[in-house]
Amino acid sequence: MQDHGDACRLTGLGRTYGRGASAHHALGGIDLAIRANEFFTLLGPSGCGKTTLLRLIAGFDQPTVGEIAIFGRNVAGMPPEDRPVNTVFQHYALFPHLTVAENVGFALRMLGRPRTEIAATVARMVELVGLEGMEKRRPDQLSGGQKQRVALARALAPGPKILLLDEPLSALDAKLRQRMRSELKALQRETGITFVFVTHDQDEALAMSDRIAVMQGGKVQQLGRPEEIYEAPANRFVADFIGGANLIPARMGPEGAVAEGLGTIPATGTGGAEVTLAIRPERLAILPAGGHQPGDLGPLTVAERIYMGNELSFRLEGAAVPLHVTLPRGGLRGALDFAPGDRVALRPEAGAIRLLAS
Amino acid sequence: MALLDTRARDIRNLPGVGVTAALAVAFLYAPILFLMLYSFNDGRSISRLDGLSFRWYRAVFANEEIGGAALNSVLLAVIAASLATVMATAAALAMVRMRVRRKAATYAVLNFPLMVPEIVTAIASLIFFSAIGLGLGFGSLVIAHTTFCIPFAYLPIAARLTSMDAGLEVAAADLYARPLRRFALITLPLLAPGLLSGWLLAFIVSLDDFIISSMLSGPGSTTLPVHIYSMLRLGITPEVNAVSSLMVLASALVVILSGLISRRKT
Repeated sequence: MQDHGDACRLTGLGRTYGRGASAHHALGGIDLAIRANEFFTLLGPSGCGKTTLLRLIAGFDQPTVGEIAIFGRNVAGMPPEDRPVNTVFQHYALFPHLTVAENVGFALRMLGRPRTEIAATVARMVELVGLEGMEKRRPDQLSGGQKQRVALARALAPGPKILLLDEPLSALDAKLRQRMRSELKALQRETGITFVFVTHDQDEALAMSDRIAVMQGGKVQQLGRPEEIYEAPANRFVADFIGGANLIPARMGPEGAVAEGLGTIPATGTGGAEVTLAIRPERLAILPAGGHQPGDLGPLTVAERIYMGNELSFRLEGAAVPLHVTLPRGGLRGALDFAPGDRVALRPEAGAIRLLAS
Repeated sequence: MALLDTRARDIRNLPGVGVTAALAVAFLYAPILFLMLYSFNDGRSISRLDGLSFRWYRAVFANEEIGGAALNSVLLAVIAASLATVMATAAALAMVRMRVRRKAATYAVLNFPLMVPEIVTAIASLIFFSAIGLGLGFGSLVIAHTTFCIPFAYLPIAARLTSMDAGLEVAAADLYARPLRRFALITLPLLAPGLLSGWLLAFIVSLDDFIISSMLSGPGSTTLPVHIYSMLRLGITPEVNAVSSLMVLASALVVILSGLISRRKT
């Protein structure tokens, strides 16, 4: 593959609102290089700074400190209409007085392209998002999913170098959201445009992204491929936010990390140091207490049995914090079921326990 | 049905509503119907019908003074409403879309003409205009009417702008539209219904004004309401009824027109 360099390079980027004691640091110390042709996701809870970052890239807002370069070109102080970047807005922001075709062709018209070229591009975009025959409709005659497609076609029509997507699926119902995920991912592969996707939905992020930046408190907490983020969370926040994890306080002893009520987990570290053990609920096997093997954790008591259709989950007590264990439905066939009050032990999969500095 | 039934109760179930409503409508419209009926009187009396005719309407259309006053009124209303709409639009854009210091105070100043008794504005304008040597006449009328029309134009325009999604202008910028084109292609078309109601409201208010116009109009710039009042001093004839009926008709047409346009827009 040809080397495209970075699509978007952010250096020491920060945005502060207000001044003095009441200043709010929405974003601080962001250093990111978003690669060309990649599906890049900014993931985090509301207020984590992900939308602020998107606004800075689009030019709707200007950074307090730091630099933004788009394909090597510094865009400091440049208004949105001069940036080779287009946006799919959360609530679409379609122009209500224009037809689907006029919405899709808007940017090309602003760029002064010839009429025939606009018509051809609009036709191609409408076909790309599957809205043939709707060209003459106005936004209020479209369903939520159709509006979403128009917004996508409108932002893609001028051929942006980077497409910014601000929670574009959040207003859709669950079924449609699922389908749009696949379509968006396919669209990104077909067009080869760099996508910068903002979401608070970890499933969306894991399913679609080439790389994810997990954000919290105006900072990037971890940057990596979906597998890295999920399997090797860098800190407590990432472990908890992505997929949910049991976060257990422990102290380093001579043979490993000692956790109250669980035993010793082999690990190396500074003796006496406070650490956090992160274990995914689905990477623990649950078995009756008694047949205790070395490496098993417990014993613990079942406090609650939670049936959720495709999986069965237990809340266990006896450790410093309540632990959650999830069995996939296949696991039920092994007649492994417990009731509140049962004494159980836990057997972690190999490599399932991550040691985090607390 | 929902547990909490929040559907409105039918007003007709309240006791005495029918009688009250009938009386209110009668007091509001009976005088106007009465005036319109006698405008077709064949005789000179305003209290006895002597058969029906268009006699007084012919008299109105033959009367050059009435024609001149009507033309003055319409011209004045068109100019004042247009100027007021432009200024009110600028004010609304600033108040709704931008950070304005002392917004509450600015809002109060904008709407001041609504709160000051009109006779005070009229006398103040009269004194001020003669003090600065502006004199009476059409020019003074335009300035005064524009001033008191601004709040009437402002309210519907600001209301429309407030309900408009400011995100659309951001989206237009993202799609390479420069500020002037954003205004012309996005803001203005979406604002149009508000502009139209603002303009019509200002137009009607200007057309209808008597107190300020009577103080500021000079010879040759008499407006229709001022002229009708002066006709009364010479005694009431069905001619006054006829010209008044025509004004009611004109107002009704404007209101119906604006209703039709706003229905088509939405």
